[in-house]
Amino acid sequence: MNMRWTRKDLLGLRELSADEINFILETADAFKQVGTREIKKVPALRGKTLVNFFVEPSTRTRTSFELAAFRLSADVINISATTSSLTKGETLKDTARNLEALHADILVLRHSSAGAPQFLANRLKASVINAGDGAHEHPTQALLDLYTIRERRGKIAGLHAAIIGDILFSRVARSNIFGLLKLGARVTLVGPSTLVPREFEKLGVEVSHKIDDVLPKADVVNLLRIQHERQRREYFPGIGEYIRLFGLTKERAKLLKPDCLIMHPGPINRGVEIDSDVADGLQSVILDQVTNGLAVRMAVLYLCGGISMQ
Amino acid sequence: MKQTKQNSAAALPIMDAEAIRRALRRIAHEIVERNPQITKVVLAGIPSRGVEIARRIAAFIYEIEKIDIETGVIDVAMHRDDVGRRPELPVVRASKLPLPLEERTVIIVDDVLYTGRTVRAAMDAINSFGRPARIQLAVLVDRGHRELPIRPDYVGKNLPTSGSEKVRVRLEQTDSEPDEVRLEQQ
Repeated sequence: MNMRWTRKDLLGLRELSADEINFILETADAFKQVGTREIKKVPALRGKTLVNFFVEPSTRTRTSFELAAFRLSADVINISATTSSLTKGETLKDTARNLEALHADILVLRHSSAGAPQFLANRLKASVINAGDGAHEHPTQALLDLYTIRERRGKIAGLHAAIIGDILFSRVARSNIFGLLKLGARVTLVGPSTLVPREFEKLGVEVSHKIDDVLPKADVVNLLRIQHERQRREYFPGIGEYIRLFGLTKERAKLLKPDCLIMHPGPINRGVEIDSDVADGLQSVILDQVTNGLAVRMAVLYLCGGISMQ
Repeated sequence: MKQTKQNSAAALPIMDAEAIRRALRRIAHEIVERNPQITKVVLAGIPSRGVEIARRIAAFIYEIEKIDIETGVIDVAMHRDDVGRRPELPVVRASKLPLPLEERTVIIVDDVLYTGRTVRAAMDAINSFGRPARIQLAVLVDRGHRELPIRPDYVGKNLPTSGSEKVRVRLEQTDSEPDEVRLEQQ
């Protein structure tokens, strides 16, 4: 593909073109191969500094970015909500200016407020990579999901993807919806009407409240985690009820096509949104997602980080 | 897509398709002569023209020895030491080499040898896969002006140039144009 990458920031998939998404996935192909070498490290970002700035806790995404940066030879600083001065009342803007004063080249930001990465991207020379902002977007998660589907099925266009669970508050769902639609997939959202309101149809997806109708037609099912720790009782009656209506149980998994992929962004609640046997079964690509996340994040850091230095 | 300058007044033809064919055939002979254990040789092309040149040399070696030697792809973009100093971010591609490298001779293949920095990056890339018995270098054109202590083992054509000139290589398979090497004023 003859395309030039021109963005210093990755804020969401909504603003990316299909060509840009495909270009990231192709770049990730090259970086995935680095993970199979004897020396799993290349000098592409040698001498550059990456700041992992996680205002909301996350181990998996932060570690994935950290390892991706190491494999590109960048130096990494981790700042979490509890160790940062945010708890002392510093504003986001002041924190950012301090990071800039340290000559950080790439800022990976996880924040509870939608739009925080955009706010910083507009003010910083450094690249800003959105690692999840509120209920807005989580672009690298969607990119690794797309990468995994493309790797397993050879294409994305024409496939039917079902995203199941807590859609309303899910940045993973939103980024996936944008990415899947741009690459030509058909998307059905499944969950209780409180968590999957009909308004989503405006984005160009279908909405269903009956999982058993959707499973036999799907080529991919992406199960989102029920964020039960947030105890949003008003949105669904209880875990038992949820499992009965929407959990991917062993019985229900029999409805799936034999080549349907089962995905989950993790961490999984075994026995809630997915049965243990199903999560570990042959159709599950949950661990492929983790491996591919590393390659996709290397690609994003290389492209955005490389551009910001030009 | 780079624009082809068909009407460039100062373009000097250096090699036509037949000259390129003969040069690569001679390189194939030299590789066979210099490497008694030809089955241990891997031709690793640097994308994209190096990959095509490696394929052609392998085909000549098959003609000469009736042996299919292994070929590979060695991507140098992520091993360059000048990210951020170039006007364009190089596109990265996956490398592909037969493993393990330990007993093998890897011959790096490229179209034009100039400063030597690409070759240095290629050697770094190869070393990240393992430690080959030896590394050699084959190029279609050596235009001089090295900035690193690197010299080719197999050369299609030595071409003295000035820094203001540009060597343009075109291969049918990679450029959809007839095979040709030209020297152009920038």
